[in-house]
Parts: sequence; C-alpha cells; structure tokens
Amino acid sequence: MEISRRSLLNTVATGAAVSALPLRRARAQAKPVIKIGVLNDQSGPYRDTGGTTSVVCTKQAVAEFASQMSGYTVEVITADHQNKPDVGAAIARQWYDQEGVDMIIDVPNSGVALAVAGVAKDKNKVHINSGAATSDLTGAQCNANIVHWTYDTWMLAQSTGGATVKAGGDSWYFITADYAFGHKLESDTTDLIKAAKGSVKGSSSYPFPGTTDFSSFLLQAQSSGAKVLGLANAGGDTINSIKQAKEFGLTMDIAALLMFITDVNALGLDVAGGLHLTESFYWDLNDKTRAFTKRILPQSPDNYPNMDHAGCYAGSLHFMKTINKMGVAAPKASGRDIVTAMKAIPTEDDCFGKGSIREDGRGMFNSYLFQVKKPAESKGKWDYYKLVQTSEPAQAWRPLNAGGCPLVKA
Amino acid sequence: MFSLGFTRPQLIALAVMVAVIAIAPMAVYPVFMMKIMCFALFACAFNLLIGYVGLLSFGHAAYFGMGCYLSAYAAKHWGFPAEICVLLGGIVAAAMGAVFGAIAIKRQGIYFSMITLALAQFTYFLCTQMAFTGGEDGIQNVPRPFLLGFLSLSNDMAIYWMVAVVFLVGFLAIFRIIHSPFGQVLKAIRENEPRAISLGYRVDDYKLLAFVLSTFIAGAAGGMKSLVFGIASLSDVTWQASGQIVLTNLLGGMGTVFGPVVGAVIINTLEFYLSPFGSWVTITQGLIFVACVMVFRRGVIGELGARFKVAL
Repeated sequence: MEISRRSLLNTVATGAAVSALPLRRARAQAKPVIKIGVLNDQSGPYRDTGGTTSVVCTKQAVAEFASQMSGYTVEVITADHQNKPDVGAAIARQWYDQEGVDMIIDVPNSGVALAVAGVAKDKNKVHINSGAATSDLTGAQCNANIVHWTYDTWMLAQSTGGATVKAGGDSWYFITADYAFGHKLESDTTDLIKAAKGSVKGSSSYPFPGTTDFSSFLLQAQSSGAKVLGLANAGGDTINSIKQAKEFGLTMDIAALLMFITDVNALGLDVAGGLHLTESFYWDLNDKTRAFTKRILPQSPDNYPNMDHAGCYAGSLHFMKTINKMGVAAPKASGRDIVTAMKAIPTEDDCFGKGSIREDGRGMFNSYLFQVKKPAESKGKWDYYKLVQTSEPAQAWRPLNAGGCPLVKA
Repeated sequence: MFSLGFTRPQLIALAVMVAVIAIAPMAVYPVFMMKIMCFALFACAFNLLIGYVGLLSFGHAAYFGMGCYLSAYAAKHWGFPAEICVLLGGIVAAAMGAVFGAIAIKRQGIYFSMITLALAQFTYFLCTQMAFTGGEDGIQNVPRPFLLGFLSLSNDMAIYWMVAVVFLVGFLAIFRIIHSPFGQVLKAIRENEPRAISLGYRVDDYKLLAFVLSTFIAGAAGGMKSLVFGIASLSDVTWQASGQIVLTNLLGGMGTVFGPVVGAVIINTLEFYLSPFGSWVTITQGLIFVACVMVFRRGVIGELGARFKVAL
C-alpha cells in the first residue's frame, strides 16, 4: 500500500512537472522582443500560395528593418493551422496568451481567418491578414484589431469576374469550395453578374479540404449550358479543377476567380495560358518588385513570391514602422491602438508601392488584371503574366459604406 | 462512511488529482488544462460504456461534437448562461444517445460498434450540411457566457474553476454510477450477458440507460469545450475524434476509474508539445498505441493497479 501511494504520487508529480517544463523558458532578454507569428497552411492545398514562402517574406521584412528598430528586436515564429478553424483559433489564443505574440500575419483560409480575427479582438492584439479572401473581414465581421492587406473576394469578383462578363460571358456555373471563402467569392461574383444583367445557371459546393476529384461537378457544369465556369476556390483545388476541365475537354470558358502565380506555375503555361486572373502584386511589375523578388529568391528558390507572400512582407514592415512611432510598449498594451495608428500612417513598400489602410481595415492598393502568357510568349523562368488592366484603389475595392462594417460611421 | 465507495488508494489518487487541478494553472497554461479536463471527462464517459458494460461505441465523438455545437449555438445566438449551455449540450447529446443507443444495442460486439460508427458518420454528414453548424467554418467567435447569468467567465481562470467543478462532478457521478447496484448489474452484463438475462435482469434497459448516461456526460464535456475555445467545429464530430477517445482509454486503462484521465493527460500533452512538428503527432500516437497493446495491455493505470494489487 505504501509503495503504491508513493509510486502514484511520483507518476502524477512527474507528469505535472514534465508538462510544465517547456513553458518555463527564460524570457529575460536584453531588449524587449516583439513577436510576429506566421500562421498558415504548411501541409495542405494552400502550402504553396502561403506556406514557408510567407515565413521567408516576413523574416525578410524583419531583417531589412532591423537597423531601424528603436530599442527592440523582432522574433518570428510559425505554425500550421491545417485549414481547421478550431486548430487556428487554439494556436492564436495560445500565441497571444502564452508565447507573447503581438501580431499574427498571413492566415489563409477565410474560415480560419474569421476565427483568428475574433481571438485577436478578444485578446486586444493585432492580426494582419494577407492570405484569406473573404470580404467579410472588412465587412459585416470587421473589427478594430485587424488589417486585411492583400486582396479580397469583392476585388477579385470585380476584376476577373468583371472582365469575363465584359467579354461576353453572361451565363455562369460555379464550382465552390464549401466554406466561408468559397461562398463569399460566389456571392460577390453573383452580385456583379446580376448587376450586368447576366445569369447564374447553378452551382456545386464540394467539401473542403480533401476533395481531389472534380469530375462530377465539371459534368454538371457542362450540362447546365452556361458559358462560363466560375471557380470559387483556390490553391491546389483550382489547379485540380482546371487540369481536370482540360482533360474532360470542357467547352466552357474558365474564370479562375482566385489564382496566384504559384498556381500558374503548378499548372504550366500550356494548360493555364490565356486565363485571366487578378493579383495585387506581380514580381515582374516594376523595378522595385523585381528587386524585392531578387532578395527573396535565395531563400525560396522554387517558389516565386505571389501577392499573399508580398502582403506578409509589406504588412510586417508597416507594423514595425508603426511600432517605431508608437513605442515598443504599445503593442503589449493595446493592439487596437496599434491598428488605429497603422490606419493613420500611409504605407509604402517595394511590393505595393504607396498606399493606405482604410478605417474598416481594408488595405488600399492597385489591383491588376493579368492574362497568363501562352508558352511561346514566355521568355524565361516564371515569366507568366501580361498586364491587361490596372485598377486604382478607388475602383478596385468595395466602397467604404457598402460593406456594412460597424466601424464605419454612416 | 463518507468514502462514497472509494477505497483508500482511490481516495489518495482523487486527492492528488484535485490537488493537481488546483495547483496546475499556476505552472501550466490554463486553457491547455481545461482542454485536458474536457477530454478527460469525455474519456470517462466513454469508459463507462467500454470499461463497465463492455460496449465499444465507435462513434462517441458524435455526442461530444453535438454537445459542442448546441452549447456554442445557445451561447452565441440565444445568450443563455454558461451552465444552461453545458446542460443543453448534455441533454441534446443524451436525446441522440437514446435514439442511437436503442438502435445499436439490438446487436452485440462488432455489429454494435459498426452501428454506432454508422450513426456517428450520419451525424457528421448532417453537421456539414445543416445551416446552424456553419458547415466547414463551424460556429465561430462564441462569446463566453455568464455563469448563473451574472458571473463573468471572460477571464481564463474564472472559466477554469467552472470547468474544474463540472469535471469533478461528472467524474464523481460516474464513480457513483459504477459503484451503485445499477453499476454492479452493468458489470455483470459485461462479464456474462446470458447469465445476467437468466438472473432476470432486463439487460437491454440497463445497457440503454448506461448509453444515455454516457452520452449525456460526453455532450456536457463537449459543451464546456466550445465555451472554453469559443468555437465549435467539424473536428469534434469526425471519426478520428471517436478513434482518439478509444486510444485515450486504452492508453490510460479501460475499466479503471482514473485511467481515462491519465490517458487524456498523455494524449493531449503529446498533441500540445508535438504540434509544431505537424504529422509527428499522429505518428507518435500510432507508435504509443502499438507499444500499449504489445507491452502494457491494461493501460498505464491498469498496469499500475495490477502491479500493486489495488483497484484505481
């Protein structure tokens, strides 16, 4: 009996001690540390559109800004949210609570992004979103602790969808990823089609993540008689749907509503050539973007930066500039104040040029409509895009009062 | 006596557990401790069936997950107080358990398990399709409700004590159930069902009641989890979650009182500290599972108990 009691006590005590150990890390540092957490998909369908290249770009921003940091250092940590909202929210909560993370960046997958945005508001920290698309982040579900940097569903619908409708594509069928992002992209595009007196013949939602076979949806699309196949999905799913559409010999026009250069690379120009798509950054846009890409490539040689990656760089840079202005204690005191200050300071960086952040958290930059080059037109590695049209911020983004964001005073 | 049927070693183990719960939040991240307690309670509920009635329900996540959804929905859209949310999660799970259990206990052994699995997958499908669950997004940004309508739980430590109390109440309730005359009959059914029938017990009624009790507690555990994390999502209704709770019980020791708790501590600790390494979590869990069935088949607590000849 005596032994059993002791052994039991020992077991429990050891268990408790072991579980407590890793948390007792020395936090004492010479300078205060600002922590940035890159939270994205590192193993699933969005691992190339975000993934490690986002981490590289964030670290690049920190390295470039290091000489200007006034009395602090910046540490970057990273995690994989596996495209699960509960996993993402739990990591965000733990980062803000335990790890001393001041700002979380990237977070592709709208479902996860909305969850993380809620945690940021709860904990009064900062979240700069680059990877997620849903325009709800600056609309009905906006809050004062987030900035939505790179792109959104409204801007994609307006640009890619608008160009398709203008070219005569007035009847659509959607294949939609069945979560926040897919539905928002479909509904934003549907609004635009309806406004242009077009029609939507139908849509299929597929389970996300995990769907790899799109054949039954493609057949439904074909038999609907619509002219345009609208792909309200992203990353690996878009790649698979386009590939399979080509294999089936689908006769519809394809509107890939969200596509990154990384997806074009995966598809190859003989499949993707001719498609229209929208990004707010392209590596070969001007001297500054080329210089930026040159700095990134040694650390990410097989994956050129796309707009999501560029947003991680630019967002981190702007965050650090704001801290320089507000003082190093500010982000620990109130994330809301930091975001308010970020909105007051104009943005400028190599990727997006001069811009600003609107009061609903929307980053205001140019958006570009590109056409993917045919194999014969491409002159070199990753030379994929022809610029078709540039939209000024005022045209590119949803009007401030149309989003229904409670932060915007009527 | 006040021992409630606890033996001395069990009383000591209980005291240690209560002490750990009381002290741990000073050293360990409270949200992590709460997650362990939610899963420990879920594992205990599962253990009530597998350990004491010998029923392997392979779809217990359906009740846990439904508890999550209901509690989250009640907190977010109806603004119910915390205790009602948790209770509601339990009640809805128990109602589901009553229906599913009534169907499943018509068969024994592997057929019972397969029916529970099928019904759980059916529930999963409903959760992906029904509007109130939010599909792939889940129910997000659930505000922490007030306890009894006026005590704020927004502080992690406040909700910690609520979770601790619910966990201990659930734990003691299960302990009372298995040491009551009703529990004795359950054990008789586990040991020899035809004999229990021949002694005049209506075995099906006993099984069903045990099933409903277990699903109620599982639902309440789920209800707490969604309030702690502010989110209810599909992960909690997947068959992987059902599988994980079986593993938790195997590892801790099926049919022991403290086994599921220890199992939950081990599994969640692994998950927490291995999460930066991605797929290593599942690989490690797999290896542990293999080691468990090869080397210590009675689980951690089961082996300890057998070694020192005490029932823990």
